[in-house]
Amino acid sequence: MTTFLEMSGISKRFGGVHALRDVDLTLEVGEVHCLVGENGSGKSTLIKIISGVEAPEPGGRIVISGKEYPKLSPVYSTHCGIQVIYQDLSLFSNLTVVENIAMAHHLGGVHTVNWSSMRAIAMATMAKVGIEVDPETKVSELSIAGRQLVAICRALAADAKLLIMDEPTASLTRHEVNTLIKLVSDLKRSGICVVFVSHRLDEVLEIAERVTVLRDGAKVGTFAAAAIDGSKLSHLMTGKAFEYQKQVPDLAVGAVVLEVQGLGRDGDYDDVSLQLRAGEVVGLTGLLGSGRTELALSLFGMNPPDRGTMALDGHRVVLNTNADAIRRGIAYVSEDRLTLGLILDQSITSNVTLTVLERLAGAFGLIGTRARQSHVARWVAELGIKVSDPNNPVKTLSGGNQQRIVLAKWMATNPRVLILDSPTVGVDIRAKDGIYEIIRRLAREGVAVLMISDEIPEVLYHSHRVLVMREGRLTADVMAADTSEDALRQAVNA
Amino acid sequence: MPKSRFASFGRFRRSHEFWLLIVILVLCASLGAANGQFLTMQNLFDLLTSYAFVGILALGLLVVLIAGGIDISFTATASVAQYVTLTVANAYGANWVCVFAIAIGIGGTLGALNAIFIQKLRIPSIIVSVATLNIFYGLLIFFTGGKYIYSLPDWFATGIFWFEFDWGKDTSYGVNLQILALGFSFLFTWLLLNRSNIGRQIYAMGGNTDAAQRLGFHVFGLNMLVYCYMGVMAGIASLVQAQLAQSVAPTVLVGKELDVVAAVVLGGASLMGGVGTVLGTFLGLALLAILQNGIILLGVSSYWSPFFVGLVILISVSATAWSQRERRTRSARP
Ligand SMILES: Nc1ncnc2c1ncn2[C@@H]1O[C@H](COP(=O)(O)OP(=O)(O)OP(=O)(O)O)[C@@H](O)[C@H]1O
Ligand SMILES: [Mg+2]
Repeated sequence: MTTFLEMSGISKRFGGVHALRDVDLTLEVGEVHCLVGENGSGKSTLIKIISGVEAPEPGGRIVISGKEYPKLSPVYSTHCGIQVIYQDLSLFSNLTVVENIAMAHHLGGVHTVNWSSMRAIAMATMAKVGIEVDPETKVSELSIAGRQLVAICRALAADAKLLIMDEPTASLTRHEVNTLIKLVSDLKRSGICVVFVSHRLDEVLEIAERVTVLRDGAKVGTFAAAAIDGSKLSHLMTGKAFEYQKQVPDLAVGAVVLEVQGLGRDGDYDDVSLQLRAGEVVGLTGLLGSGRTELALSLFGMNPPDRGTMALDGHRVVLNTNADAIRRGIAYVSEDRLTLGLILDQSITSNVTLTVLERLAGAFGLIGTRARQSHVARWVAELGIKVSDPNNPVKTLSGGNQQRIVLAKWMATNPRVLILDSPTVGVDIRAKDGIYEIIRRLAREGVAVLMISDEIPEVLYHSHRVLVMREGRLTADVMAADTSEDALRQAVNA
Repeated sequence: MPKSRFASFGRFRRSHEFWLLIVILVLCASLGAANGQFLTMQNLFDLLTSYAFVGILALGLLVVLIAGGIDISFTATASVAQYVTLTVANAYGANWVCVFAIAIGIGGTLGALNAIFIQKLRIPSIIVSVATLNIFYGLLIFFTGGKYIYSLPDWFATGIFWFEFDWGKDTSYGVNLQILALGFSFLFTWLLLNRSNIGRQIYAMGGNTDAAQRLGFHVFGLNMLVYCYMGVMAGIASLVQAQLAQSVAPTVLVGKELDVVAAVVLGGASLMGGVGTVLGTFLGLALLAILQNGIILLGVSSYWSPFFVGLVILISVSATAWSQRERRTRSARP
């Protein structure tokens, strides 16, 4: 095997935060190498150094295909065949699929644009990856999975030798993940080295040959995937063991808070009837496109249903906007946190306090700095968010910590009904544990929780009751204690 | 491929430009019916001539907005360029090439100053350009005492008049300096934005600056180019305006920024960056011109004109926002 990239002694500081300490890494040609570690352990930072977006502290050494560099720049690293698909995908959503994929055509000196050759390049890579979208649509009109594939196409079109994917599967369904895994093994066969970051450890073990574990910016070690298992990995990452049992409903499950009858919306879902009780966690699972998210949005007043009724505490309500829903105590944590959940350029403080401004207001409706700070400090502590300074913009946080900010924002509203759409996507195992604990606590306090998730174990072990949605209809409604992973999997995929 | 042509027509039908075109056609038809003067060759040429100044500036601003910035100092830039250029031409003599070279040079330099403040000091572009508007204008007034220049070189005052042709009895039309410069600016901006890789980099940068940086785009250079382009357009527009007005007045241009912003925003450019087209800007300019001209032809007091322009901007921007929201909620995710 030949080594494609070798780096040693890599450190990186951001102000007071030591994001990486003296990390070594080697990547072989044609291997699939996974990077794992908790949120904020430095995975994305390491990637940014490989791609030349961030410069390491002096003293590090990077060797690519036998040539040594003290640091890289985006242009060098692209030139060496390094392509990165970032957590935020880095696409140009204002431009078309064709232009995004063939963006490298625009690099270099001043020249005229050859639209037909760009189109040809884009169509060829799209065919290779097997996506079918109108190449002239704007990327902003694609689903997250679609955008992901466009980002992969762009990397391939730029002739990648090393393809780095930062949490590519975070917002994909199991089915899409399988497609991606197949794609990765095809790439590997054609001699491309793939670096894969993921918090789903089963996936990591399925896809990788070697796994490098980071903890608090330092490297724990590199292991052959065949030699370890999921629980060992999570132990290496956190130094802690995790085991879950099914939730038995509290006897104290209370009155029906939210009830819908025969809810339907053309093209999204139909004939949905369900009840959410105070103190109960209800899991909702199903394939992407089964109508889960659309249903959740309707319950939150954002996607008005065409038919059916909704009642809160037995009183019929019509929610026309999300403001209606919020006023009535319904909170919704979206799956697409980067566009719907957060204002990335604003500070952590402003994001966390956004939903509770009225409550924090003192005399004359002014908000004291002290009230804001203590509010933020409380939630940062409660959710274990890794923050160096709450006045930094949210975009300086690692992906998983951003997710926790979204949760904090909504939990702070003291909702009566909390809808969580894929709450643990991109969140590391310890933080997941923290989020489950919070969900359990909220339920004990009498909140009705609806948790949407792709991951069957997640709904099975962390809800009292499980609903399955298929092709826009509810096809199962069972107590978690009375079902099994296999039974649910069958209900989802049947 | 007839199928793809249908698809692209479908896309056009959903675009902002399509709705603008409809509104313009309806307005033209009703104004034409109300006043026989409106739909005449004479009026068309007059409108093109008198809106050339706004149009050329709008193209510069379009490029800045697409790049994700904003600049409102261009009227001051134009005033400076105009004054200096024609003072030099009066003192030392010059020809067309010379005056344009000087005006473009001055405009470009002032634009570069904006770019340096915005990029190197990371001050928001709106703040920088408000400041430089006042600085450029303040210095100009201080050094000139606000005095007008009435005597212009003969060749400049005569202007140009190409491809003359007769229409009817005693009217003749031709391509004058204003129309020529406007047409050239449209053509060049269109080529820049749609046919050069630099233009596409500008779109990409305006859509996602971080991603552009990661791909290795020269973000500073692109911004420099964009603000210089705005300055150059201001230089060209300033001569076009001076030739039409047959005088140089340091105080009359500043204050016209909002017309320019109106034309570009009506044309569908977004202040968030990454969005906007040359066609849209042309239609936005046309709509602005038709509205302002129509109000006069209908005999309504021209004091109403800002009111209607504002109203139309509000309606058009809300309509676009609304239709986008509809589409987003309606397009059930796959
Ligand atoms: N631009 C920045 N300014 C300040 N701190 C930063 C910046 N970028 C990263 N950090 C900090 O560096 C640390 C490592 O972040 P990084 O994004 O590499 O984590 P990660 O391992 O990718 O986590 P996740 O799994 O949540 O994506 C975090 O504490 C983060 O807050
Ligand atoms: Mg990360």
